Amino acid sequence: MRLGKPLVFAACLVPLVCYGYWFFTDSLGANPIEAVTRRAGDWALRFLLITLAISPLRKLTGWHALARYRRMLGLFTFFYVCVHLSLYVTLDKFFDLAEIIEDVIDRPFITVGFTAFVLLLPLAATSTDRMVEVLQHRWIQLHRLVYVVAMLGVLHFWWMVKIDTREPAIYAAILAVLLGFRLTFYLKRKLRPAA
Amino acid sequence: MLLKTTRACDVRESQVTDESLYIARRKFMQGTAALAGASMLPASSLWPQPAGAAISIGDVEKSVFSTAEELNSFEDITSYNNFYELGLKKGDPKRNADRLVTEPWSIRVEGECDKPGDYDLEDFIPAPRLEERIYRLRCVEAWSMVIPWVGVELGPVLKRFEPTSKAKYVQFFTLYDPKNLPGQRRSVLDWPYREGLRMDEAMHPLTILAVGLYGKELPNQNGAPLRLVVPWKYGFKSIKSIVRIRFTQSEPATSWNQSAPREYGFYSNVNPAVNHPRWSQKRERRIGEILKRKTLPFNGYAEQVAGLYAGMDLKKHF
Repeated sequence: MRLGKPLVFAACLVPLVCYGYWFFTDSLGANPIEAVTRRAGDWALRFLLITLAISPLRKLTGWHALARYRRMLGLFTFFYVCVHLSLYVTLDKFFDLAEIIEDVIDRPFITVGFTAFVLLLPLAATSTDRMVEVLQHRWIQLHRLVYVVAMLGVLHFWWMVKIDTREPAIYAAILAVLLGFRLTFYLKRKLRPAA
Repeated sequence: MLLKTTRACDVRESQVTDESLYIARRKFMQGTAALAGASMLPASSLWPQPAGAAISIGDVEKSVFSTAEELNSFEDITSYNNFYELGLKKGDPKRNADRLVTEPWSIRVEGECDKPGDYDLEDFIPAPRLEERIYRLRCVEAWSMVIPWVGVELGPVLKRFEPTSKAKYVQFFTLYDPKNLPGQRRSVLDWPYREGLRMDEAMHPLTILAVGLYGKELPNQNGAPLRLVVPWKYGFKSIKSIVRIRFTQSEPATSWNQSAPREYGFYSNVNPAVNHPRWSQKRERRIGEILKRKTLPFNGYAEQVAGLYAGMDLKKHF
C-alpha cells in the first residue's frame, strides 16, 4: 500500500505528459493551442468528477482506503484548472487584462468558468492538514463549495459548445448521479430517527 | 465604390501556387522542440485521389483580388473543417469525406428568374474560366486561414438564369442525403443547410463559386463539387456542396440564424466591433500561428465591400 500514492500521483500526470508530448511533436491537428486548452479543461472536469466519486464509492464498497486519495485528486483538479486557465490567459489572450475582463463579463460560459475557478481557490488553500485542524467543522462546510464548483464547471462546458451538447450532457449525468447519491444518503440519515 | 477589373494574363496550372512551397510553414512547433517526429510527410502523399467531380481544373488565371499572405497548408485546409453534414468534430469531415457522393451532381435553379430548371454541373457553369483566388477565411469561432481557391465569379453564373426585378436575394441549399451523410441523421441543425445573400452581395466580384483549391479539385470535406466563398463574411456563410439556388423577393432563411438568431445574423459580415456571446471577435488565430492577430472589419476587404452597406447600422444588421 506504500506504493499507492506515488502510483496515483504518476497516473494523474499522464494527461499532462501526453498532451505536452503531442503538442511539441505537432500531432494535435491544425489548431493545437485550442486542442490543449480544451483537453486541459476536459481533464479538470474529469478529475473533479473522480474526486466526487470517492465518497460514494467508499460507502458502496466499504473500501475506506480510497479516502487517502481524495485530497490528491482534488488538488489535481485544481492543477488542471490552472493549466486550462493559464493557456487561456497566455496563448489565447496574451495577458490582455482588458479583454479578459470583457470575456468574464460578456461571455456567460466564461463568467461561470471563472466563478468556478475563484471558488476553488479557498478550497485549494485550505487543503493542508493544519487548515483542517484549524477550521474543524467549518472546513467541512467550506468544502461543500465543491458541489457548486462542479455544477458551474459542467455549465461552463455546456455553454461553451456551439451545438453538440452530447459531451457536456455526459458530464452532467455523471454529476447528477454523484450528487443524487449524496442527497439520498443525506435524506435517509435525516429520516431514520423519525421512522 | 471603385473596383479594379484588370485581369492578369493566363497562366498554366504549373504556375499556380504550389503547396510544397508553403508546407514548411507549420514548423514552429517542431522548432520549439527537438522532438520533431515523422510528421512532415512528402506533399504528394497528402493529395487525395480525384473524386470524379465534373469540373476539371486545367488552366487557371491569377486574380488581382488574391492576397499575397502566406498560405495555409493543404493538410490544414483539408483536415480542420466545419462541415456538420460529415460530422461535428473538426477532423470528422476528412474522415467521412467518402460519404459525400458528388457524381452525378445537378443544381436546381428556382424562384424569381426566367430560366429556372435542373442543371447538370457542366451546364450550370459551362466552359468556366477558372481563377485562383487566394482569400482569407475567417471562421466565427475566431480562427482564420489563407486559402488558394479555384473558382468562378458568382455574378455572371447567376445572370445566365435571368433573375427578374423581383429577385432581391438569393438562397443556397446544401445536399440533403441523410442516408449517406452521417451528420444529417442528427437534428443539430434544420437540414438541409441553407444560406443566403443579398443580390448585390451575390453579384460582387469578390463572391465566387469554388470548384477547387491548391490547383486541384475541391476535396469533399471542403464542399465538393461546388461551394460558395464570400471572403468578407464569417465562414459559415460560404455554403458547401450546393444543390439548389433560389431567387427570392424577401430575406431568405439561413441555417445558423434559424438556430440561434441572437448569435448569427443574416449578414454576418466579419466585424470585430460586434460581440458574440461565445467568442470575442476582436482577434483571431491564424491557423499555424501562436498568438492571435487583430481581426479586420470585413475581414480586410472593407475597401471593396464597405460600400454595399452604406447607411446601414451594422451593429443592428450584424
